Amino acid sequence: MANYWNREIECMSREDMKKLQDERLVAQVKHVYENVPYYKNLMDEKGVTPDDIKSTDDLHKLPFLTKADLREAYPYGLLAKPLSECTEIHSTSGTTGKRVVAFYTKNDIDLWHDCCARAIVAAGGTKDDVCQVAYGYGLFTGGAGLDGGSHKVGCLTLPMSSGNTERQIQFMMDLESTILCCTPSYAAYIGETLKEMGYTPDDIKLKAGIFGAEPWTEEMRREIEKSLGIKAYDIYGLTETSGPGVSFECSEQTGMHINEDHFIAEIIDPDTGEVLPEGSKGELVFTSITKEAFPLLRYRTRDICVLTREKCSCGRTLIKMCKPMGRSDDMLIIRGVNVFPSQIETVLIEQGYAPNYLIEVDRKNNVDTLDINVELTEEQFSDTVKDIQKKEAELVEAIKTILGINPKVHLVSPKTIARSEGKAVRVIDKRKLHD
Amino acid sequence: MFIKQISIFVENSQGKILPITKALADANIDIRALSVSDTRDFGILRMIVADCDKACSVLREIGCAVAVNEVIGVGVDDTPGGFSKAIEVLNDAQISVEYVYAFISRTENMAYVILRVEDNEIAAKALRDGNIRLITQEDILSM
Repeated sequence: MANYWNREIECMSREDMKKLQDERLVAQVKHVYENVPYYKNLMDEKGVTPDDIKSTDDLHKLPFLTKADLREAYPYGLLAKPLSECTEIHSTSGTTGKRVVAFYTKNDIDLWHDCCARAIVAAGGTKDDVCQVAYGYGLFTGGAGLDGGSHKVGCLTLPMSSGNTERQIQFMMDLESTILCCTPSYAAYIGETLKEMGYTPDDIKLKAGIFGAEPWTEEMRREIEKSLGIKAYDIYGLTETSGPGVSFECSEQTGMHINEDHFIAEIIDPDTGEVLPEGSKGELVFTSITKEAFPLLRYRTRDICVLTREKCSCGRTLIKMCKPMGRSDDMLIIRGVNVFPSQIETVLIEQGYAPNYLIEVDRKNNVDTLDINVELTEEQFSDTVKDIQKKEAELVEAIKTILGINPKVHLVSPKTIARSEGKAVRVIDKRKLHD
Repeated sequence: MFIKQISIFVENSQGKILPITKALADANIDIRALSVSDTRDFGILRMIVADCDKACSVLREIGCAVAVNEVIGVGVDDTPGGFSKAIEVLNDAQISVEYVYAFISRTENMAYVILRVEDNEIAAKALRDGNIRLITQEDILSM
């Protein structure tokens, strides 16, 4: 038997859903045009007015928004409500120059938590469950989103935040948690720690996990399911579009249902911007249709993805997206943190190193590793190990400050990192996250 | 009065020293003293050579990161306790030693020790006052 949080919406006929989306899109475009000068300018430049958008069929006429727009408009440029109407903010983990900050009104929060509630119910959650939220709380959307969703469903919510793994396991046992929400890599780590502490999945009461905020594989899913004795569900979202809960997995585990009553998804050709038909592989673009404070029209996620309307055994009619299959830019997601190679390059140049480097990302024991090979220049070189290691430590610290994660730096001889004629190979991702 | 030392960055992996020694050999540069210190990722090859300037240019040509600095050379009796005397003098003067390496010559019954300290002048004075023989670049070239 399938579980729904909002059966009417989740199983709505395509026809009714389109009608709902049409109405909401028209209102959302009007709201943005009137309240966000930044986007109004983009529309004016393209010669599009709100009157041109009569239904979702006109969506393609609207200009795109990119992460660069969000940074340029930081912090208030895309805000569509007075700050006095806003009650919450969240922010992206990465810090490429400026952060992306998203604003929420009370109603935005309510709808966001509702989306997360759908994900929890789809994973089998009810008010009788004990939901352990081990996503980070704070600026990160993970903790706040699932916490809110769990409250909506009426679960006993354990606001653990991430870290302190032995305590997580202690609570899991003592309070008999049945649902775990965290990043997949943290779930894997909890599974390992459980084993190290001498327990088996039979010693805990967990039945399901809702894991997102970073790419993970089917293989990793099986490992987590085995180590914790659960069924593991994927959840997708971006800070820009509110956070987790934009889409969520059902019992079929073959993709994530997009909450189409709040977000319209498109797949485009990342090079031309042309909208591609259902089933095509391309860049995922989202348009919010119910947002008050931070509405985004045609926001390019840079995630490469496929959408499908094939009938789902769970009964939901919401369109499904596959796990993101890669990125249309060079962004890496390492331990849940967005990393652009250019951020590392900037630090290298600031510290007097050559802008020649090779980033190696791997996943060892289900934890992402970041190794950076850096060409030494004579300015950094000295006859004592102490001096070189001091400079190396300063470099590590500077990168850590920018990225928020600790890299391993390896110094190599000058001019030994391969130069290529065309686009330099700066990144080797050994994680094999995509087929 | 101090001795010019050349230091070369070497990645800590197989086959990385050979191009350096080969370049010096091809340029007919004699290595008088040598030491390597290593970390997990890299090592520093330190040498006293007959022609420091030439060695530098040869090594830079093959892409090495090279540093040149002055170190102290002392001559001690090639008998038990000879080196300890020099260290004792530095210790008494509260001078710490960054690194040290030794070499022996073909002729005299002396051992030579290269010392890297924070301040060459202060260390040299302490050693002289302690009756430790300092050697110069010329001494090394004539060995």
